Amino acid sequence: MNPWRNIWTITKRELGAYFSSPLAYVFIVIFLLLCGFFTFFVAHFLEAGEASLVRPFFDWHPWFYLFLVPAVGMRLWAEERRVGTIELLLTMPITAWQAIVGKFLASWLFLGVALVLTFPVVLTVNYLGHPDNGVILTAYLGSWLMAGAYLAISCITSALTRSQVVSFIISLMVCLFLILAGFPPVINVLEQFAYPWLVDMVTSFSVMTHFEAFQKGVLDSRDILFFVSVIGFSLFTTSVILRTHRAG
Amino acid sequence: MIKVLNLAKVFGTKRAVDDVSFSVGRGEVLGFLGPNGAGKSTTMRMITGFLPPSGGTVTVGGFDIVEQPIQARRLIGYLPENAPAYTDMTVHGFLKFTAEIRGLRGDARKKAVSRVVEMCFLEAVLHQSVETLSKGFRHRTCFAQSIIHDPDVLVLDEPTDGLDPNQKHEVRQLIKRMGEKKAIIFSTHILEEVDAVCSRAIIIDRGKIVANGTPQELRQKSEWAGAVTLRVKGVASSIVTTKLYQVPLVKKVTVVDDKEGHVTVRAFPKSGGNGALAQAVGEAAHDWQIEQLQVEEGRLDEVFRSITMPDTAKEVAK
Repeated sequence: MNPWRNIWTITKRELGAYFSSPLAYVFIVIFLLLCGFFTFFVAHFLEAGEASLVRPFFDWHPWFYLFLVPAVGMRLWAEERRVGTIELLLTMPITAWQAIVGKFLASWLFLGVALVLTFPVVLTVNYLGHPDNGVILTAYLGSWLMAGAYLAISCITSALTRSQVVSFIISLMVCLFLILAGFPPVINVLEQFAYPWLVDMVTSFSVMTHFEAFQKGVLDSRDILFFVSVIGFSLFTTSVILRTHRAG
Repeated sequence: MIKVLNLAKVFGTKRAVDDVSFSVGRGEVLGFLGPNGAGKSTTMRMITGFLPPSGGTVTVGGFDIVEQPIQARRLIGYLPENAPAYTDMTVHGFLKFTAEIRGLRGDARKKAVSRVVEMCFLEAVLHQSVETLSKGFRHRTCFAQSIIHDPDVLVLDEPTDGLDPNQKHEVRQLIKRMGEKKAIIFSTHILEEVDAVCSRAIIIDRGKIVANGTPQELRQKSEWAGAVTLRVKGVASSIVTTKLYQVPLVKKVTVVDDKEGHVTVRAFPKSGGNGALAQAVGEAAHDWQIEQLQVEEGRLDEVFRSITMPDTAKEVAK
């Protein structure tokens, strides 16, 4: 049978699970409120008088995602293991990969929906001035890819434990590392005692470095590859963890 | 349909399942008995492909569960222990999802869902969320899931656990009916279930098979098999026992009850159950006033206990 049909069946179920619980609505409302608050009141978007969303809007995304994405991803496998439905899911005539990809895709689409719902900001900036909408589009794409990378990491931590709280905290720490590795104050400290090549290596692991390019409107295949490979590697690790759990 | 060969599972240093082999054909219902922690669930999890075996093989319908997992799993319906189900879905949504993932679409899916809803009496809760269901309904929802694709092989881990007596009866009837066309394995603690449903039973203890046969054969292993219970009126118990000990076939006589002139004794035969002992006891008692004379069939619970009791407990019992 067509593997995508199986994946889509899983994805549909997971999306249904999000929207049938209050979590989805709480998440979307919080995300939109945070975006609005930081863009208009902290970054003073209106007072700045600049027809660009990069600084006032997209700059905050890595930090919002730090808390919000692990919250979305924490239940993916932890809940299956706690309730025992993992035993149903993995004895269905589908491969573990199809289940992993299906679940990941559902959460990623959900994050995409939340991201799309920030469209009033785009309307506002277009109403007030003449922004480069190409840049806004690539920044959105970058933001979504970054969310996917965080999410895939949350998949790993969720597969590691039956406790959603533990999963949340661990993925938050890992994602924090991915941000800080490219955060200017941290790099400055690092540059004082580390070799330049080491600093380069550390910063190349950071989502900040790669998200930066998208924010400038640059679609570099290396940056896309970075996010895609983080997602691929994390999902692969998830499959290994799920297998070793069962191997006992 | 199911062939299990030298199956083993090791967790750390513990051998949870050790060299288990059996097979189940179409039209057979195999009861899987054993104390808690004997390895029943682990064996079932390996048969359904959830746990990879540490050794040995499982083939379902000719497909190896490790080499060709998808083809093998298509043939299996599985009810895991504790009957898990997605709590955030409605019963209908859950059954639709499982039908779809089993490859049923459109009309076939609708028919499959309404068929199992009817079979498992789920109409009343169809649009209720699984989270709010009582244990019995949740159990039946998960059971419905396992038969939604009308599988050739059914693996049921404690299918009657947590059901009320009526529901237990329904589920047993269902298993028995389906057992005519399918190969079914189910595990249970309840021995009467074995009699009611199984065509064959396996007793497993500490990861090993310790008995394998029809319920009738297993009962023959009991020292109760062929024992005769006799109740007479107006005779002292000592006279009755002395007289019965003179019957050559008798191994042991116990007094079950002795009050107000009614004496009940039980005579155990020297070797396995047959009608000869009843005949002999009847003759020995022919000049007493017999109120009851009954041949015991042998009891599964006694066989079960004597086989699976840990060695230390056996010594204590002695």
